[in-house]
Amino acid sequence: MSFGVMLRQMTAGFGQTCLIFVMTLIFSLPLGLLVYFGRVSRIKLISWIVKIYISVMRGTPLMLQLLVWYFAPYYLWQMNIGGYKLTAILLGCSLNYAAYFAEIYRSGIESIPKGQYEAAALLGYSRQQTFLRIVLPQMVKNVLPSVTNEVITLVKDTSLVYSLSYIEMFAVAKQIAAAQTTVVPFFIAGVFYYIFNYAVAWGMELFEKKLNYYR
Amino acid sequence: MSLLEMKQIKKEFEGTTVIKDLSLSVEEGEVLAIIGPSGSGKSTLLRCATMLETIDDGEILYQGKKAVWIENGNPTFPKKQELKEIQSCFGLVFQNFNLFPHFSVIKNIADAPIHVQKRNREEVYEEAKKLLAKMGLSDKAEAYPYQLSGGQQQRVSIARALAMKPKMLFFDEPTSALDPELTGEILKVIKDLASEHMTMVIVTHEMDFARKVADKIIFMENGVIAVEGNPEEVFASDHGRMREFLGKLSM
Repeated sequence: MSFGVMLRQMTAGFGQTCLIFVMTLIFSLPLGLLVYFGRVSRIKLISWIVKIYISVMRGTPLMLQLLVWYFAPYYLWQMNIGGYKLTAILLGCSLNYAAYFAEIYRSGIESIPKGQYEAAALLGYSRQQTFLRIVLPQMVKNVLPSVTNEVITLVKDTSLVYSLSYIEMFAVAKQIAAAQTTVVPFFIAGVFYYIFNYAVAWGMELFEKKLNYYR
Repeated sequence: MSLLEMKQIKKEFEGTTVIKDLSLSVEEGEVLAIIGPSGSGKSTLLRCATMLETIDDGEILYQGKKAVWIENGNPTFPKKQELKEIQSCFGLVFQNFNLFPHFSVIKNIADAPIHVQKRNREEVYEEAKKLLAKMGLSDKAEAYPYQLSGGQQQRVSIARALAMKPKMLFFDEPTSALDPELTGEILKVIKDLASEHMTMVIVTHEMDFARKVADKIIFMENGVIAVEGNPEEVFASDHGRMREFLGKLSM
């Protein structure tokens, strides 16, 4: 197989990698905020459940979680899981990353000085206004470096879906390598991930610079 | 009717009584200075008055309306709308400014009047500009707080409080985070406000300033008012702890 053919097949697979990456971010970034609210809820039961959820998500491998999300409906209820693979992947990845994002948001919000809340209270801002106008914008700036780290990890974690035999760039690379007994596809895959992450880091840095208008 | 009345206020922190059975009132147009050693409960008193802390006993009234009282041993507040109205009659200037770092100077001043009081945007910005001019900061409207000196930041925070059109202003050691030069800037602004008959309660360590600007001075010690009166009376008082306090200052 020529280098050109390999590259073409892997590029096709890369579309799936991007799909998983983008969809996971779209779901998990806002979901993380929801999880954060649960984590700091004044209702003990909710904060307790969310704490356990975060602990499990962080304490077990993502690959294992993906396998559970995909196979559990079949093993437990004999459900037909054909055509459910992408849903299981997005569910697994989003719920996992939301847990991490929730903790990052929490640290970002807790580092905002108490005086900000007091000033807002004295000026009559409602709780909701205080969060949206005062806390959230400062939180976003605080968490950006940690979020960048997570996003870069996510790019690499998309490769875990090969455990469900989902065909994306990394799975294609493995197939070609095995069929053609060559290591070249792995190098190509490495270059793909590296360039992708380089772009991600560049984009996030740009965003950080944009938020540098205040300190 | 007094603008502010605090009756038999008690405040504890984990069993330690910080304010004991303290009562005071502030009339419209009056400037009250609260002085005293650190840990005497001055700032706590101010935080109770501005409702950043809840009281453990007593009651607080603004313009005769109860803002907080005790019922069955618990602090109790009026209905949300009434409480909001009561709270809108005072503003607070913090020791360390607490400006919103992500807002420009003008937005720091204009944001709450627009989004909390729902006033007309253009009108608010006009007023905010006038307030900035009054504070001598017209050229800083678009700057961000981190670009300003401490004295400038404190002037912005005074403008921010004034933009809400409060009936009275509290100052919690407004110059304690500033060097002597910048302290002068702030004291001048407060003096100007006093000459416009703004009602103010000022916790301060600036004795000369308190003597010149205040109509009434309270010397606090261990959570109670030890000496109270007009400046001449207070500074002439032979109260032991206060003499000691003033003596140490003049060394």
